Amino acid sequence: MQGNENINFNKNYIDYISSIAPKTKETRSLLRAFWVGGTICCIGQFIRFAFETWLGLSGDELAAYVSVVLIFLGGLLTGLGVYDRIGKYAGGGSIVPITGFANSVVSPAMEFKSEGFIYGTASKMFIIAGPIIVFGVASSVLIGLSYYIYFLVV
Amino acid sequence: MELFLTFLKAFAVGGAICTIAQLLINYTKITSGKILVTFLLAGALLQAFGLYQYVVDFAGAAATFPISGFGYLLAKGAIEGAKEGLFGAITGGITAAGAGITAAITFGYLFAVIFKVRSKKN
Repeated sequence: MQGNENINFNKNYIDYISSIAPKTKETRSLLRAFWVGGTICCIGQFIRFAFETWLGLSGDELAAYVSVVLIFLGGLLTGLGVYDRIGKYAGGGSIVPITGFANSVVSPAMEFKSEGFIYGTASKMFIIAGPIIVFGVASSVLIGLSYYIYFLVV
Repeated sequence: MELFLTFLKAFAVGGAICTIAQLLINYTKITSGKILVTFLLAGALLQAFGLYQYVVDFAGAAATFPISGFGYLLAKGAIEGAKEGLFGAITGGITAAGAGITAAITFGYLFAVIFKVRSKKN
């Protein structure tokens, strides 16, 4: 009797949990991340075409200009408070593009401005960007040295 | 038609990379800072074995817009630098990524000084 009741109770509990667990919300968040992330990359692609045809840029220079413009836009939209709204809607779709990197710089820098322009803004802007630059540069040196040794040996 | 295909690939690959990030967020409750570092290292590591190049060859420049593309750029610069010598091996990565880092720092500071935080409510 007790066991039966327990099973019933567990079943009810599981039903209850699955009814409130955000299952559909998760699928929706994936779709949102997909289309917002895809759109940001399409905007980048559009800027690239524009610079290619109007300014006649090419190669690494073109790629650098496009990422600079995307970082500019990401920073500007963060300053205007728009990017955080996009972030609430899109989650990963707004974090992973390079505009999200700009967002991670501007957002804490603005928030800690009250602590001053040096120890507030200038130092807190690296809360998230700092680890990215540290790991990025360190890993690139590691890869560079590995290849250097590889080229020496081979 | 070719133009349409370029944008379609950009949308698909860019979206797919962001969906992977969202999957990580949904199932591991990882913070956004760790997402960025993870994707950066993933991009650098894939390019260290020459794999991210396939994504870039397929999707075009759009594959370099996510933060994993930043890692790709760092690794690619380091590998190209290593062909020239020890100095290039050490400085190649940050040279390639220099424009992006400079833009992020300069614009980042500028916008943080200009704009004020809005109320969290929206």
